[in-house]
Amino acid sequence: MEKTPKNTPKNPRIDPKQIKGWGIDADPKNDPTYPMRKRMNVGEDPDSKHRPDHLQPEDTEVLRSIERPDVSAVFGTPAPPMGLSGLIRRAAFKYSENEYKHWLPLIVADRVGVVEGIVADLSHGKLPNIWAEKGYDMEWKYNRPAFVTKLATIGAVTAGLVVWLSSGKKKQPKPVKKDYLSRF
Amino acid sequence: MLAMDYRGPKRVRAVQKPMPEIKHPQDAIVRVLRTCICGSDLHLYNGNVPDTRVGSTFGHEFVGEIVEIGADVTKVKVGDRVLVPFNIACGECHFCRQGMFGNCHESNTESTAVGAIFGYSHTAGGYNGGQAEYARVPYANVGPTIIPPDMDLDDAVLLTDVIPTGYQAAEMAGIQTGDTVVVFGAGPIGIVAARCAWLFGAGRVIIIDQEDYRLEFACNYSYCEAYNFKEMNDPVLFIKKITDWMGADCVIDAVGAEAAGNTMQTVTGRKLLLQAGSATALHWAINSVKKGGVVSIVGVYGPTDNLVPIGNMMNKGLTIRGNQTSVKRLLPRLIEHVQNGVLNPKALITHRIPLEDVADGYRMFSAKLDNCIKTVLMPPTANQ
Ligand SMILES: [Zn+2]
Ligand SMILES: [Zn+2]
Repeated sequence: MEKTPKNTPKNPRIDPKQIKGWGIDADPKNDPTYPMRKRMNVGEDPDSKHRPDHLQPEDTEVLRSIERPDVSAVFGTPAPPMGLSGLIRRAAFKYSENEYKHWLPLIVADRVGVVEGIVADLSHGKLPNIWAEKGYDMEWKYNRPAFVTKLATIGAVTAGLVVWLSSGKKKQPKPVKKDYLSRF
Repeated sequence: MLAMDYRGPKRVRAVQKPMPEIKHPQDAIVRVLRTCICGSDLHLYNGNVPDTRVGSTFGHEFVGEIVEIGADVTKVKVGDRVLVPFNIACGECHFCRQGMFGNCHESNTESTAVGAIFGYSHTAGGYNGGQAEYARVPYANVGPTIIPPDMDLDDAVLLTDVIPTGYQAAEMAGIQTGDTVVVFGAGPIGIVAARCAWLFGAGRVIIIDQEDYRLEFACNYSYCEAYNFKEMNDPVLFIKKITDWMGADCVIDAVGAEAAGNTMQTVTGRKLLLQAGSATALHWAINSVKKGGVVSIVGVYGPTDNLVPIGNMMNKGLTIRGNQTSVKRLLPRLIEHVQNGVLNPKALITHRIPLEDVADGYRMFSAKLDNCIKTVLMPPTANQ
């Protein structure tokens, strides 16, 4: 969150034209944004705060970057924040785009949203067809040897892990015979 | 209506969704006739763009027919066939009035660094995209451009992003007559950038990738030299050698966050997400450009940080340029180029897939199966 630094100096504004030699070598063509931008500073723009006539009504929750003062004149509304992922997103938007505290929670929220999506599917009586959603038919059609090897590797690693984890349960820790006396 | 639906990393499907509605007097609703899967959609598909919400529809490259307009729409009417630039721009703000239509300040509430892009996560404004039968198009007086009657819809759909972005990549490279231009990435954008480098007077154009079929395609389409970096120990050293030890005058990064070629970058950028994507191509670009040269970035990276040799940028006196493409600014010139036969967009299309099979389309493009270069999705209503 932004904090105004204490002891901020007054920083008086100077008219740069009063500085000796100001602008004597200026070359308006020497602009690395040329020709991507018709160079115009805010001070040269008679209407730099111009906004479109109408603003889209806020009939859904829009998360706003705190680096801007208002909601843009139009905005998209495909998936308003909801559930646990929504809570994380709302928290993320308390921080500016300059902070990891903004972006990293958003990535976490995206992953939480994937689980919420599967739960939503199941609660609607729909079992997501992961094979089809991942387009595996195409791998099967055009890339079969590598794809089969990949699946076999994943299968073998999974089976290995299962065996390893379940075998770990059987191992009873051997009681350690404490022989304090022999140490001395 | 049928629409693409994001479910999680590498999981998408086509489902029925409610029809889009007019939300602002300058909105229009477009019936989609062609829509593409773009290389930058793969960053979303792989789950690497923050705030990509389950249930969103992707797609920023589409053309269609206007079926409904808001009260303030005057420049297009119902029945017009339009190509829709991928960026959403108001045409009135401080930035739009400078021709920076990719940097509009009145279309994205969620992020100030990024302009608004159709179907490209809430970080890019939270709009549903065009991989659907219908799409809501804000600021219909500004973006949508009427497709000339003699223009093929396949050509038109590639004018929404691929052709302008490739062109702007070359423009930003500041190519002077006779310059040597290196393009990293032989995807559709890199191929077009290489083709357009000649339009700016390049003397030599070189493209670098790891897929032989893409290099062969680039060679034929863009009339350029093509080399596979897997056959080199060090691509930077290779470029120094073939440029008489000077480096290229201009280097274009047409790869972005999904770059291969450097294990450390791949692991930290793509697997662990410790940086905003793998910056291998940008790293190579900075190191292989000539002193005083220009690096032009059109590859897409995330909003956080990347590991790049910025000290070399200073020591070599480089200029680094990049931007989202200002499609609207470039369209008049590019439509002319297509009509005069200078550019042939539709020759980039290798696959045509029904929208119903969108998951197969993404897998095929993402895994580079069946020598895929550019995929067009056809909504069921496209042929009506
Ligand atoms: Zn695109
Ligand atoms: Zn604007």
